[in-house]
Amino acid sequence: MDAGPALFSILRQGDYLIASIHTALDDSQMLRLQQDLIDQVGRHRARGVIIDVAPLDVIDSFATATLRNLAEMTRLRGARTVIVGIQPDVAYAMVELGMNTATIETALDLEEGLRHLNRPRSPDPSRPHSVGLFG
Amino acid sequence: MDAARHLLECDVCARLSGPLLKRGKTEDDEVRIRVKGDPDIVEARKRARQLAAHSDFSRTDATLLATAVSEIARNIVRFAGDGWILMTLLEEPRKGVRIVARDNGPGIADVELAVADDFSTSNGLGLGLPGARRLMDEFSLTSEVGQGTTVTMTKWRSEG
Amino acid sequence: MTQDSPSAKKLSADFPTIDRADEEQLLPQLVSHLREHRTRLRQDWAGRIDGAHLLQAMTPQEMAAETTSVYDNYVEVLETGSVEALQHYARDLSERIIPRGVETHEVVGIVLLLRDVLARSLFEKYQGDFAYLNRVLDAYEPAANRIANTVAVSFVEERERVIRQQQDAIRELSTPVLPVRERLLILPIIGVLDSERARQLTEQLLIAIRTHRAQVVVVDITGAPDVDETVANHLVRTVDASRLMGASVIITGVSPEIAQTLVTIGVDLNKMNTIGDLQGGLEAAERMLGYTVTRSEEKGG
Repeated sequence: MDAGPALFSILRQGDYLIASIHTALDDSQMLRLQQDLIDQVGRHRARGVIIDVAPLDVIDSFATATLRNLAEMTRLRGARTVIVGIQPDVAYAMVELGMNTATIETALDLEEGLRHLNRPRSPDPSRPHSVGLFG
Repeated sequence: MDAARHLLECDVCARLSGPLLKRGKTEDDEVRIRVKGDPDIVEARKRARQLAAHSDFSRTDATLLATAVSEIARNIVRFAGDGWILMTLLEEPRKGVRIVARDNGPGIADVELAVADDFSTSNGLGLGLPGARRLMDEFSLTSEVGQGTTVTMTKWRSEG
Repeated sequence: MTQDSPSAKKLSADFPTIDRADEEQLLPQLVSHLREHRTRLRQDWAGRIDGAHLLQAMTPQEMAAETTSVYDNYVEVLETGSVEALQHYARDLSERIIPRGVETHEVVGIVLLLRDVLARSLFEKYQGDFAYLNRVLDAYEPAANRIANTVAVSFVEERERVIRQQQDAIRELSTPVLPVRERLLILPIIGVLDSERARQLTEQLLIAIRTHRAQVVVVDITGAPDVDETVANHLVRTVDASRLMGASVIITGVSPEIAQTLVTIGVDLNKMNTIGDLQGGLEAAERMLGYTVTRSEEKGG
């Protein structure tokens, strides 16, 4: 049991789970977050998950893959996952790294994330933001 | 003021002042860290970012550097178990950061394959080396099966 | 205080290199000499600074204050050997005098003049015994050189830092990202794009997305004459990075040639929002944001 401050917290808001990361996480901590979230989605039959990654100053290949897998696993349990709070320099680095992020749904922040979850889902999972024009 | 130029460029003058200066470089110019486990990967990122700040890197460049270091550090932990990373501030020909990562792990048999951009496997596993290469300005890797691997990579500070 | 035995004199003649034990005795002596004659030496130095027409940007009072601090710090560093303290002082000094328009050569110049003034004073004191004088100068000169070096380098670094800060401020004021409507940004790309500029524009766009909480970005490339593969790659990355921040990107001004380039680098045009002209792009953006688009008498939407 860690004696220090929590690395992340998961709160319920109705049918949604809101996970806030508080500090930089190492690989095993990311996996713990992934596990906890999947458990809770199952336990509470959550329909949506928002993960706020704002404090992460680096999102590398492992973190991206973990988040992507997390989104996939929650989808299999009937929930949509939205990642919010990616910082400008971090977004740039993720793209430069060449990670495939097409299947990850994202929004700017918690408020936008909730708005995103409340919208009807776009039919093409690789175009999560296409509303009205091509999809 | 030729004397001024001389002082800034003269290694002999700098060396002669040994009694005054305990080390040739200041503490801030170089960082060496041992990489053995997950927490070391985070530590390596942090130190890389700090070093970049000393060289006045933009936030974006510092993040690119820290991300590349993260990839390399993870490679050490996953494939060699143990290794170290040396981070050095460069001044010539311009400001930048050089990273040397070394391990005595199993080594890489096919180096070309290891660093090749292969988007069909862009699901996280094994993306460390090509990913780091994309983020850095210079990148080289030497490896010998049974001996270990050394990655040398450099990022220059962007101008303007 | 010269109590050299004949054998010690012989030693220093045969071995002109610095003897560490000597060094450790000499520096403290040197330091107390420089402290004892502080006032006179500082005035000598100030006179020489005037004679060399340095620090003309300063008033006499400022000069007096700064020369006193520099002198005292100089002697302090000789005494303690602490480069950290010197760097700290040099940075402080730089921060104070850069806004007053003092140039690098002036800073180096005054430190060298101080080195000179003090060296001459040591010469006067020890000229009775050349062997001893040599040992004193051997101890003093490298230390003095290092001080001058450190001060000059710190000053130059501080200047560079200030210039970069100013450049950043200017760039922020002149960002080409335009917040035209709530949640809508336009980035017109005009002129030739090289990798460096493309990178900067992407950075500015991503920051603007956060600042303005943009949901849609219209990137207009009508004004960019050449969109080669490199630029096309940058565009794709800009689209992807913007998406990671929750913003959709519409690219307008895409000619058939540019569309071809995008396809060549492997872009699936069905997956990218590209529209012929800016007007069309803006209307599409507004529809995405839920605005009803009206044009003169017609109803749109």
